[in-house]
Amino acid sequence: MKILIKGGRIVDPASGRDEIGDVFVSDGKISATKEKTDRTIDAKGLVVAPGLIDLSARLREPGYEYKATLESEMDAAVAGGVTSLACPPDTDPPLDEPGLVDMLRRRAKALARARVYPIGALTVKLAGERLTEMAELAEAGCVAFSQANAPLADTQVLWRAMQYAATFGFPVWLRAEDQCLARGGVAHDGEVATRLGLAGIPAFAETIALGSLLQLVRATGSRLHVCRLSTALAVEMIRAAKKEGLPVSCDVGIHHVHLSEMDLGYYDSHCRLEPPLRSQRDREALAAGLADGTIDCAVSDHTPVDEDQKQMPFAEAEPGASGLELLLPLVLKWGAARKLPLAKSLARVTSDPARILGVQSGRIEPGAPADLVLFDPGQHWRVVPEALKSQGRNTPFLGYELAGRVRVTLVAGSVVYEA
Amino acid sequence: MPRSFPHNPQLNANGELQHLLSIEGLPREILMQILDTAESFAGVTEREVKKVPLLRGKSVFNLFFEASTRTRTTFEIAAKRLSADVINLNVAVSSQSKGESLLDTVANLSAMQADVFVVRHGSSGAPYLIARHVKPHEHVINAGDGRHAHPTQGLLDLYTIRHYKKDFARLTVAIVGDVLHSRVARSLIHGLTTLGAPEVRVIGPQTLLPARVETLGVRVFHDMCAGLKDCDVVVMLRLQNERMNGALLPSAQEFFKHYGLTADKLALAKPDAIVMHPGPMNRGVEIDSSVADGPHSVILPQVTFGIAVRMAVMSIVAGN
Repeated sequence: MKILIKGGRIVDPASGRDEIGDVFVSDGKISATKEKTDRTIDAKGLVVAPGLIDLSARLREPGYEYKATLESEMDAAVAGGVTSLACPPDTDPPLDEPGLVDMLRRRAKALARARVYPIGALTVKLAGERLTEMAELAEAGCVAFSQANAPLADTQVLWRAMQYAATFGFPVWLRAEDQCLARGGVAHDGEVATRLGLAGIPAFAETIALGSLLQLVRATGSRLHVCRLSTALAVEMIRAAKKEGLPVSCDVGIHHVHLSEMDLGYYDSHCRLEPPLRSQRDREALAAGLADGTIDCAVSDHTPVDEDQKQMPFAEAEPGASGLELLLPLVLKWGAARKLPLAKSLARVTSDPARILGVQSGRIEPGAPADLVLFDPGQHWRVVPEALKSQGRNTPFLGYELAGRVRVTLVAGSVVYEA
Repeated sequence: MPRSFPHNPQLNANGELQHLLSIEGLPREILMQILDTAESFAGVTEREVKKVPLLRGKSVFNLFFEASTRTRTTFEIAAKRLSADVINLNVAVSSQSKGESLLDTVANLSAMQADVFVVRHGSSGAPYLIARHVKPHEHVINAGDGRHAHPTQGLLDLYTIRHYKKDFARLTVAIVGDVLHSRVARSLIHGLTTLGAPEVRVIGPQTLLPARVETLGVRVFHDMCAGLKDCDVVVMLRLQNERMNGALLPSAQEFFKHYGLTADKLALAKPDAIVMHPGPMNRGVEIDSSVADGPHSVILPQVTFGIAVRMAVMSIVAGN
C-alpha cells in the first residue's frame, strides 16, 4: 500500500522541521521518493506528526477484562493518535512470565492497531521478593522492567534487581515512592488533605525514594527511567542527576501537568491518582521541567477503571484515570500555555519517548516506520463519556473543552483510524 | 461551552440548606439560623409533652456504617421529638458485609420513601457521594465521616459556647489532643472561624496535628501550658485507644502528662473558662476526672444541647 499524505503541516520534532508539504508512505515506511500511490489523503489544515508514543498505558489484559479489553483500549489508543505504547506489568497475573508477555504481544499484533511494548515485572508477582527471569522476559519482548505502582519496600532486593538488570543492560522503569511513608495515604499531604480529612502522602515519600534510586544508579550503573514524577523537589533532583551524567530519564503523567490537589474539590474520585495530585507549586515545576527537558516525556498513565469502582468514597475509589485519548490535546494545551513551538511540545510524546524505548518510530524521515497521526489542532471537542472509545470513562477532564482532534492514524503505513 | 463547576453541594438553588455535610463553606447566617432554631427547641425538651409536629409523616433513616451509640441515639431522640418516623440501620453489620455498594444501599432505602438520611461513615467524603445521588426531596445529614467532619457535633459545640459565653467576638478557644484524626476538631474550627472567634488554638504533639493545620486559621501550640493561657474555652478531644501506643505516641501515660487536662493546667486558662469534650471520654488519658466532673465542665450539658441542635438541623433541611 502506497499512500500520499498531501498538503499537511509536517511537524517532525526529531529534526525540528515544521512546514507544509507531502509525506509519502511505502511498504510501511516513510519514503523519500514520490511513487505511484494507491491512495491520497488530503491533509490540508491538518498537522502531520509522528504517532504518539505513550510510555504508560494499561490495557487491563490479562485479568481485568471487566474494566477494559485489548480491543477497546487499542481502539482508544489509535483514536488518540497513539501508535506505540508501553504497558506496565500490573495485570492479573502480572507480566512476570514469558508466556504471558508472548500472548499479550500476539493478541496485540492480531488486532493490528498500535504497537505494544510490554514492560516486564521486576519481581515475581510484583511482590518485591524474587527477581523475575529478566533475560527470558526480554526475549519474549519486554523492553524494560518495572514494579508498576508497587514500589519495592526492600532496598536490598532493589539493589540486587538493579544490579541484575544492569548486567544485561536492561533498563529499569521505577516509580519513586517510599512504601512506608505512602502507606494508607490517598492524597497529597497538605492543605487540601487536611481540610478534607484524607490521609496524606508527603512529598518526601517521593524524594526519599528518589534519593535511594539515584544512589543505586551510581552503585550499579543501571539505566533508570523514573516514572510519574509528582513533586518540585524531585524535578530538581533529576536535573542535578542529569547534570552529573547519570543514565537517568523520567516522565510525568499528563494529568499532573494540569491538575493539583485543589482539583479534588468535593472529593472528586476521578482525581484519585497514583501518585497523588500535589500542590500548585509542584504542578508548575512539573510543567516547567517538561518544557526544559528535565522531564523527558509526558505519558497518559492510562488506567481504565469501571464506574462502580469510582462511585465510592474518595479513599476507597480505585486510583487512576483514562488518558489515551486525552494525551494529545492535553500536551497541546500544555505547550500552548507555555508558548512552545509545536515541534517542541510534540517531542515529549514522540521523539523523546522513542529515544527512551530505543525504537525507530517517533520521527518523520525516509526509512522510519510510517507511524503517523494527522490531527486538526484547532478543532475543539468536549470530553463527554460518549466521545471516548476507551472502556474507562474515568477522567477528571469530563466536561472540559479541549483543542486537537485526531483525524487519521497510521501504523506501519496502514490507516488504523479515520474520523 | 463552559465547564459546569460544582456548586456548594450543601445548598439548594436558593442558597438554603439542602444537606448538612460540613460546617466549612456554610454562611454565617445559616449557622446562626441553626443555633437560634435550636434555642427555640431547647424549651420543648423540658416540656411534659416533648413533641412538635414539624416532621410528621416523614421518615428519618439513621444509616450508620460505623458504630456509634451517643450520636445515633441523640439523632433518634431529636427525630422523634419532631414527630418523624425513625428507622435505625446498623449497616456496618448488614448489607455492606454482603458486598452491597454504598450507593446501592442508599438506592434501596430511597425506594422505601426516605426523607432524611443521617449518615455516619468511616471514609471521609462518603456523605458527599450519597448527597450527589439522592432524589431532590431527600436530605443528607452527615453524622461523622472519617476524619473530615462532624457538623452537628460542631454545631452543638458552638451552641454550648454561645450558651455560656454569649458572644464569639472576644473568645480564645483551645482545642487539645488528636487533631489529626478528629472530625470534631475540623468542624468546630470552621464554625469558630465563621462566627468570628478571634483566636482558635490547636494544642498537641506534631504527630497528632495534620499537615499545614495553620491553613485552617488556627494558632499551633505544642506546649499545653502556653496554649491554655487565658483561654475562655478548652475543648478536649478523644484519643482512640489504638493510637496510644505506636508510632504516633509512646504511651497514654506520657500523653496524659503533657496533654491531659488537669486542674493545675486548667488554672492557666481564664477563671471562668469552660471545659468541653465530645465524648466518650478517656478519664486519665486526655482528661482528669476532677476536671471532667468539676465546676468548669459543661460536658453533660453538651449532650443535652445536642438534641436541640439536631432537631434544628432536621427541621431546617426537611421541615414541613
